[in-house]
Parts: sequence; C-alpha cells; structure tokens
Amino acid sequence: MRPEHLLQPRTHMKGRMLVSHSDDNDATRRDFIYYATAGAGVVVTGAAVWPLVHQMNPTADVQALSSIFVDVGGLEPGGQLTVNFLGKPVFLRRRTLEEIEAGRAVALSDLSIDRDSRNPNKPGTDASDANRTMDDAGEWLVMTGVCTHLGCVPLGNGAGDFGGWFCPCHGSHYDTAGRIRRGPAPENMHIPVARFVDETTVQLG
Amino acid sequence: MSGIPHDHYEPKTNPEKWMHRRLPIVGLIYDTIMIPTPKNLNWMWIWGIVLFFCLVLQIVTGIVLAMHYTADVNHAFASVEHIMRNVNGGHMLRYLHQNGAMLFFFAVYLHMFRSMYYGSYKAPREITWIIGMLIYLAMMATAFMGYVLPWGQMSFWGATVITGLFGAIPGIGDTLQTWLLGGPAVDNAALTRFFTLHYLLPFVILGLSIVHVWAFHTTGNNNPTGVEVRRTSREEADKDTLPFWPYFVIKDLFALAIILAIFWALIGFMPNFLGHTDNYIEANPLVTPPEIVPEWYFLPFYAILRAFTSDVWIVIAVNWLTFGIVDATFFGVLAMFGSIFVWALLPWLDTSSVRSGRYRPMFKIWFWLFIVNFVVLTWAGAMPAEGIYTNIALIGTTYWFAYFLVIMPLLGVLEKPLPQPATIEEDFKASLKSDKDGGPKGPAADPIPAE
Repeated sequence: MRPEHLLQPRTHMKGRMLVSHSDDNDATRRDFIYYATAGAGVVVTGAAVWPLVHQMNPTADVQALSSIFVDVGGLEPGGQLTVNFLGKPVFLRRRTLEEIEAGRAVALSDLSIDRDSRNPNKPGTDASDANRTMDDAGEWLVMTGVCTHLGCVPLGNGAGDFGGWFCPCHGSHYDTAGRIRRGPAPENMHIPVARFVDETTVQLG
Repeated sequence: MSGIPHDHYEPKTNPEKWMHRRLPIVGLIYDTIMIPTPKNLNWMWIWGIVLFFCLVLQIVTGIVLAMHYTADVNHAFASVEHIMRNVNGGHMLRYLHQNGAMLFFFAVYLHMFRSMYYGSYKAPREITWIIGMLIYLAMMATAFMGYVLPWGQMSFWGATVITGLFGAIPGIGDTLQTWLLGGPAVDNAALTRFFTLHYLLPFVILGLSIVHVWAFHTTGNNNPTGVEVRRTSREEADKDTLPFWPYFVIKDLFALAIILAIFWALIGFMPNFLGHTDNYIEANPLVTPPEIVPEWYFLPFYAILRAFTSDVWIVIAVNWLTFGIVDATFFGVLAMFGSIFVWALLPWLDTSSVRSGRYRPMFKIWFWLFIVNFVVLTWAGAMPAEGIYTNIALIGTTYWFAYFLVIMPLLGVLEKPLPQPATIEEDFKASLKSDKDGGPKGPAADPIPAE
C-alpha cells in the first residue's frame, strides 16, 4: 500500500550497517536475497527473451547452404547470365576482348575507393583485373550482382561511365571488372565462391 | 490535471456516485475534454485532431484490409489486386489506407513545424516533444513496413535499401541485417514479420499518443504567444482560457471537414497521384527498377542519405580518422538517423528563453529557411542521384545540421527578442481589436459563456 513506509526500515538498517560494519546478519542475508533475486530475474528474462530474438534468424531451410550448377555453354562473348543464388542475383559474364582490355588497363592507383579483390577464391589479393576473373585469360567474370552500397541490382551491358555496371539507385559506377569507380558504394562487387567443374559448368557455393 | 484551475467532475445522481466510487472513468473523460485551453490558439493547432483522426482511419481500414490480404511472397501481390478488384468496396478501402498514410505524414510535419515555430517543445513540454518524436519514428517504421506488403517492385527494393542501411553498420551490420530479414535477402521471412509488425505498431502509436496527450494536459497547451496561462486564480485562468469542449472541438472538426474534403477529392479523382507506378509491377529480385524512390514523406531523409558519396571531403576525412570504419555508406546512414536525432534534441539545443517565434525576429528568418530547405530536400530526394542534385542535397543537409547544432544554440545569445504580451487575455483582445479595425463585424471581446 505505502511503499515508502515499507522501504524505511531497510534504508535505516543499511545506514546502520555502513556505520558499524558489525555482523548484522539480518542486513547481509537480506542483501543476499536481493542480489540472488535480481540475478535470477536477469537470467530468467534473458532465457525468455533469447528464443524470441533468435526465432527471427534464418530458418533451417533458408540456412541450408546450397550449391547450384550453372551451364554457361550457351554464352557468346559479351553475353551474360543472371541466376538467383541464395536470394541474390549472380552475374556470369563472358567478357569481350574490349572489356578485358579496358579492365586490365586500369592501374591499381586508379582504384580510389576499394583495392581489395573481394574474391573468396583468391583471398587477400588486390583488385587487379586478373584477381577478379575466374580464368587466366580474364574471359569469365562471376560476381554477386548486388551493389555494395545498399543492395540494389546494378544495370549491366556497358552501363555507367566506366563501361561496366551502373547502379540506378544511388549512382554507383562499376568498371568492366565490377570494381567500384565512382559513387557512394564502398566496395567492389563481391565475388561468390565459384569454380568450373567442367568446360561449360560453373558451380556456385 | 493541468494545474490550471478549472471545474472538475462532480457526480450528482446516485448511479453516477455509484460508478464514480468504483471506477472514476467519467471524471477522467470529463477532465480531459474540459481542459482549459488558451483562447488565442490559431489554425495551426488543429493538426493534433487531424492526426488522431488519421490514426483511427488507418487502424480501422487496416484491420479490414488484413482480412483479405495474404502475407506470402507468392500471393501477396495477387491478394492486393484481389482487394482492388473483387472485395466489395476494396479499392476504396485500400486507397483510403494508402492515401491516409500520406495525410498522416502531411499533418505530422505541419504539427511539428507548428511546435518548432511557437516553441512548444520548450520547458516544461520537453517530454511531450520527445514522445512526439518517438511517435514519428514509430510512424516511419509502420509506413515503411506497410509499403512492403503489396510486394511490388518499389516494395521489394525499398525494403532492400532500407534494411541495407542496417547492413552498413560496421562489424555487426551483416548479422543485424540477416536477423531483420530472416535470410540473406528480402524474402518470405521478411514479408511475414513486416506484416506482423505493421499490424502491431499502430497500437504502440496509440499508446504513445495517449501519453503524449497526458503530458501536455499536465503542462497545459502552448499558444501562439508562448505566454503561460495564469494559474494564480480561477478568475484569471478563465480570462486566458476556454474549455476544450465545445469551443475547440467544434473548431477542430470544422478544420477537419475542410481537410477531408480535399482528401476525398484526392482519393476519388487521383488516388494514385502520389504513389509510384512501379509498385504495380510484382516484385522481382533480379531486376532493380530504373530509379528507386521512397514515398514522398521520406524524401528529405532519402536525400540526406544519398548526399554523402566517397568524394565528399568530410566523408574522406571521417573515413581517414576512423581508419576506414566509417565509409561513405555508413556515413550516409549516420547522417540520416542523425538528422532525426538532432531534431529530437531541439528542446536542449534551443537556448532562447522566448518561446514563440512571433517575438524572435532573427529566428523567423532561419525558421522559414528551414521550411524551404525541407521542401528543397524533398525535391532533391525525388531526383536522380547524379550531378547537381547531390550537391543540392549536400547543401540542404548542411543547413539542416547547422540549423539545429549552430543556429539554434547561437540565436538565443545573439538575438534581441521583441516585447511579449503580459497575458494571453491581452493578446486575445488585441487580435479581436485588429479584426474589428479590418472589417465591419467582429465578435465581442468578452464572449458570452456557453451553458
């Protein structure tokens, strides 16, 4: 009914305890009960809240990492396939000679925004054209077609000021190797784990 | 309740006494609607009622729309078309809900600008202001999630961009974004949770609105002079105020009727005028629309978000100072959330002791520039993020932050305010007098009190 009335004896006792440091069993036992209750309360709250938070994480079927195989046999130079991989588009592009030359002509010093290859197949390498592509000739460029700014899908086929991709959302320009050259995006377009399993089939994931 | 002396509910009959002894709800309602209200309130004080109407409209139309909507990526788009074509009156309900959100934001901006001009956020009304900002944030979250539900192209890509904002936070960003979406990209898991939260949040807003009203019923309304109602005696308080019912209720309903006439014209003749046509194309994760724009009420913040590219010197400087942790994207995100945060801090950034902008000659200029800037940012947000538009957005953003962080703190020191009226009564009588001077007829200075 009247909380201040109930609290009074306790503050009073606490004051006494501070002064005397005596073996005031009553107060220490009560303190212990307070701490134990508070501790148990925190643990129980945490245990109750965690499942409610965790249920929002990806479900088992979403998490089940999948691998997909893409047949790129039908692609001519300058052709591009877009496939849906883990809910995001992946661009598989067979670059033309001009695109390869344009990509290789770029010096690392021209890459003012990001100089990391962003290629898990060649981890820790710089963003030279050769480190971005799958084969030594630089013909095959496979990358996640998601702008590193806020996740839009850039437009391809020579769009933008650098002959590669252009993100229509906020105006990021990527070159023919999918490297960010101008605009708000902070990183080169990411490259997924990918390899050729035979002459014409790419395995993603 | 407000500390302003006024009459309170007294149960007279036996049933009333019986009820009042057990649950004093009639007394609560009576004291709430009979609150003494400054008699000099102008037409900018109507937006609260408009906002309350909007909230009720959105909840009511939303509940009936939810009876026909299916939150599943394979059915969502079709179920909205089903509402438009098959459900009895469904097209009307949906257009009301869609445009109702716009009226809601239109009213909330005017309501906020009113508070800014007349200093309604100043002591002792800071809590009212902060709760209002929380309501505004909840409104933005609700509107954003509601826009995802029709599962059109703008829904999908808007959701991708906005959740991408959280992904831009260094370190925890990717985990946080995955948690919000329930997967690596916007998909069914995101749609179902957005639907759930879109249904829930309006009730949170309703709760916050009640606290908002409670707070300003405790402090009393502000008014165009910013001068407090006299509380020393009942007589003086009565000279400054009129009861909310019936005087202000009738005034507010009149204003609401006019606004609704325009609103119905919009819904009846051009319901899609303010929407985006791309949202009538079903969501496609593999194709981004040529231009992603949010609904108009988010455009100023969208402009701020996009203003900071990696070639802006301040972005380069911050990037260098933080060893690359704050990149251009994260900087834009910080600027966008920061722009709302500094707005919320206004009660503590404004150092002037004068409440109303009416008596602050320098403040007036900066305030109207803020309004113009708000409109310019809205316009810049709708333009492509190229060339001159990002520069305009950058200038607008600079002014936004300068207004709150530089101009408001300095004005209180530099400005010489004009003399204020001693009482609300004085201001009220002066306004009647000027009315009389202007026209042949004006109301009597001392209105006859209603029964």
